[in-house]
Amino acid sequence: METILSSPSRQVIIGGDHPFVIIGERINPTGRKVLTEQMLAMKMDMVRSDALKQVAAGAHMLDINAGVPDDGVEPAILKAAIQAVQETVDVPLSIDSSVIAALEAGLSVYQGKALVNSVTGEDERLEVVLPLVKKYGAAVIAIANDETGISNDPQVRLQVAQKIMKHAEHYHIPPEDVLIDPLVLTVSADTQAAQNTLETIRLIKERLGVNMTCGASNVSFGLPWREHINTTFLAMAMAAGLPSAITNPLKPEIRRAVLAGDLLMGHDAFAGQFIAAYRAQQEQQVKAD
Amino acid sequence: MPKSREEIMQGLYDNTLWGKAPPVVELTKEGLELGLTPTEILFQALIPALEDVGRRFEIGEFFVPEMLIAARAMQGSMNILKPLMVETGLPTVGKFVMMTVKGDMHDIGKNLCNIMLEAAGFKVIDLGVNVAPATLIKAVQDNEPDLVGFSAFLTTTMPMFKINIQTLHDAGWRDKVKVMVGGAPVTPEYAEKSGADGYAKDASQIVRVAKKLIGKEDVETAAPSSELAAAAKAIENMMKKADEEH
Repeated sequence: METILSSPSRQVIIGGDHPFVIIGERINPTGRKVLTEQMLAMKMDMVRSDALKQVAAGAHMLDINAGVPDDGVEPAILKAAIQAVQETVDVPLSIDSSVIAALEAGLSVYQGKALVNSVTGEDERLEVVLPLVKKYGAAVIAIANDETGISNDPQVRLQVAQKIMKHAEHYHIPPEDVLIDPLVLTVSADTQAAQNTLETIRLIKERLGVNMTCGASNVSFGLPWREHINTTFLAMAMAAGLPSAITNPLKPEIRRAVLAGDLLMGHDAFAGQFIAAYRAQQEQQVKAD
Repeated sequence: MPKSREEIMQGLYDNTLWGKAPPVVELTKEGLELGLTPTEILFQALIPALEDVGRRFEIGEFFVPEMLIAARAMQGSMNILKPLMVETGLPTVGKFVMMTVKGDMHDIGKNLCNIMLEAAGFKVIDLGVNVAPATLIKAVQDNEPDLVGFSAFLTTTMPMFKINIQTLHDAGWRDKVKVMVGGAPVTPEYAEKSGADGYAKDASQIVRVAKKLIGKEDVETAAPSSELAAAAKAIENMMKKADEEH
């Protein structure tokens, strides 16, 4: 199954035998004071530079979140951020908000086929987000939790994913346009958290065959050597069947782990991408010296 | 070989610090048998140990799982001490229904607040994370608390404060409970705009604000609040640091 997202002139394919897709997570004001202040002042300088940096570092897509503390202004900020990013880089975007008006504002100006981030398996969310996804011909990230919260049981997460797929079908959204989020929780609070996610990925791949994505940085929260946990988790998740993740491409370890993962999964013919990335880094090194 | 009081206090401290719950429970029982008072155990061993955890956390020597198991080890002892402290006349200051708002799964800060409130003599009813407004109303009806507390760690879930407060209003409970809000991204201005009665910047302030809201400033708390505040402060700072790295 292949999920196609697009910007004005480029498309990205998630799934099938395509390389792993990195969705850059940095454009998000949570915990970033300067970015929050700029967004509230409708200044998009940092949004633009974050977009450029992430794409240069190897992000295939970018997540755009404008979740500032005042949700009344979020739609206007998200809209402006999307326009600023689309003027700056030519990659597909993921429009990230829990505020419906913000999603709609973002979708209304987006050029190409966007990814909506996100809907949960809760009825009231499915009923408002899915029609919006259909209206704008977008794809959507659907999180495998429902009214009862997040289950630790992979079977329950699978059931929620099945329910979401049924709802998508009802709204005539094709299965390739739904990316299930198998839910990544931090191992610092629950030692079994990553295993539950990996088992969910295997189950969803086997039973539903749909594509997936997830936030992959949360797994290491509260621990030292975070990049090592993140990269090892990414490799395990790729092997389990995860075709994309929302993560931080500015960490070279992440980018390299994904390149190595693609190669080892047989998705990088003759190690072309891997060697090209190595060579680019060597050249930068020479310039820097 | 029977242990001395000093050995028991040191053992309680060390095992709380390293999050070893079973020996903390055992040593609490042994200490009580030897005549240590619940207050001595709490304020001379458990809280200083937790304070040490917070300090180590702050300088990057300890990590989240270690803080959680330390708090859990302390809870094991608290479960034994609390009923005794009630017996010895420690009054319940008030009832506090605590929760993380719907859509938000973060609970470390909230749990820390619970520890502070319980240590100060509040009865805490913790509803957990991702709590729907309907669940809140049911808990308020069942427990008739003096205060309710909403925690949110994400800017995207903070709007739930207002929704929860409206739901309390619609259910006829708004005037009967005081509402406190908090969480890493929450500011005093945002709290006020949401319609909350009180805001605590972190777990170190929650007891003081909660008591003020229900007019119990003068009620002696079980804990010297400065010690609690120091412990909470250290832990909060470390959480902030972890968050920035995140």
